[in-house]
Amino acid sequence: MDKKIFTDPFFRKNPITVLVLGICSSLAVTVKLEPAIVMALSVTLVTGFSNLIMSLLRNTIPNRIRIIVQLVVVAMLVILVDQILKAYSYQVSKQLSVFVGLIITNCIIMGRIEAFALGNKPLPSLVDGLANGMGYGMILVAIAFIREFFGSGTLFGIQIIPLDWYVKNGGFYENNGLMILPPMALIIVGLIIWIQRSYQKELVEE
Amino acid sequence: MKVLKNIVEKVKPTFDKGGRLHFLHSTFDAFETFLLVPSATTHKGVHVRDSIDLKRTMSVVIIALIPAMLFGMWNTGYQHNLSIGATSDFWPTFWFGFLKVLPLLIVSYVVGLGIEFASAQIRGHEVNEGFLVSGILIPLIMPIDVPLWILALAVAFAVIVGKEVFGGTGMNIWNPALLARAFVFFAYPSHITGDKVWIEGLSSGTGVIDGFSGATPLAAAAEGTATPSFLDMFIGTIPGSIGETSTLAILIGAAFLIYTGVASWKVMVSTFTGGFLIALLFNALAPGAADPSSYLNVPAINHMVMGGFAFGAVFMATDPVTGCQTEKGKWIYGFLIGVMAILIRVFNPGYPEGMMLSILLLNTFAPLIDHYIVQSNIKKRLSRAKNI
Repeated sequence: MDKKIFTDPFFRKNPITVLVLGICSSLAVTVKLEPAIVMALSVTLVTGFSNLIMSLLRNTIPNRIRIIVQLVVVAMLVILVDQILKAYSYQVSKQLSVFVGLIITNCIIMGRIEAFALGNKPLPSLVDGLANGMGYGMILVAIAFIREFFGSGTLFGIQIIPLDWYVKNGGFYENNGLMILPPMALIIVGLIIWIQRSYQKELVEE
Repeated sequence: MKVLKNIVEKVKPTFDKGGRLHFLHSTFDAFETFLLVPSATTHKGVHVRDSIDLKRTMSVVIIALIPAMLFGMWNTGYQHNLSIGATSDFWPTFWFGFLKVLPLLIVSYVVGLGIEFASAQIRGHEVNEGFLVSGILIPLIMPIDVPLWILALAVAFAVIVGKEVFGGTGMNIWNPALLARAFVFFAYPSHITGDKVWIEGLSSGTGVIDGFSGATPLAAAAEGTATPSFLDMFIGTIPGSIGETSTLAILIGAAFLIYTGVASWKVMVSTFTGGFLIALLFNALAPGAADPSSYLNVPAINHMVMGGFAFGAVFMATDPVTGCQTEKGKWIYGFLIGVMAILIRVFNPGYPEGMMLSILLLNTFAPLIDHYIVQSNIKKRLSRAKNI
């Protein structure tokens, strides 16, 4: 198996910064680190196994109804993830609320099934799905780190910036309210894309 | 001049190709053209020459801003004296405000120009004068009590995200100065809203006389309490952002801008017209004497001198980069800025000042307005050509 299937989605073909898929959820669930990590794990599992299942089924599905079958498979996996989250990590499930359900519509999943799983063997498909999920999760965690640190002064809910620094305790510091708002997530994604493109010149269109 | 010239000539080889400090050549070029008129001429081809270039335009705008800035400095001291119940002569009052405004100006210029120089260096561009006006505009639209580190962050945000990512001066979609203010407004709302931040020393609460309120006229109008008289607001002896309070000083600047032809009088006139007409409409719709505290009742003429309306109309809306380019478009653009500003003021209690948001919104739509003006012009000419 080609090693690139695993390594590409992390940097060279990252689903968020290069393919620009899955932007919606990267704006919505990145205010805090914890939900972002749970979201990243959930998406990784769903992309991986939906890719695997679709790859196994790929020669038996009539081409005309493939989208419906894909949706059924993805929906099943998402419901599984949702139920597991509700059972074992209720608080996070509450925080993520509707966005777990909306994994079904995450462009990355359909994108990888259509682009990869329908034309490849099961094992590479599984690897491709997992790697794309992780590439997505990597960016998600990076955004959430910046937003939680500067927006709330915490990481994983633990206070990092000393409380004495805050204006209300006689200091000078204040949390950046813009970080909490979704537009800032978009700006951070943009900045990450900017950094990546300055390293990877072939991505820059004329 | 001779001395300067000699120094420049002497250090020049170090910055030329192959020189030790060649990587800093943009910085050197910037200072050379700033200090002297360079003797270098173009080698081939004809270039369009005009006595008004970027540097001239920027200088004119800065001169136009001086009345508003000087008045803002005096007003800072005046408002401070009011809050502590003291009186003082003209010069000590002015000096007090000068010392308070100066650090804001320095921080704004150091951070902004630093980023401009660095990015010009990285890209191998020439350093241009794009930030000279923004650097003075940004402190003028901030409250006097804004912490310096927040100002620095806002300037950095405005220059990097507002201007450099789009390709630098002349390529930006939004007015950088307003973007800096919008950044502070959304990121650190407690430092730019409320009735404490507009007067030096009020937020630390030292020596405030009883019953003194630092609320701006806009906040007073939103709460339905009495606003200062028209004359006070016109002259500018009211709390507010540093440069925006005195409509009189702004109009002096506006006259200068129009006289020199640097800013478009069409945008200014249509902005005031739009704001005035919509405010008149609200007055007509207002419940009248039944509810005197209603925001709808604020006289249309008062809207023109409250808050940053005049400042925005004269110095922000007329920005040639972010505004409309077509002549018909300028009328539409300015009119809608006025309408939106008053609309946001009156109907959105969360945003007491609508001018900032309204100009940013219309900046976004300016290319679209231009597009349709150009298209309709093309269509008109085509149909005329067909008829012949």
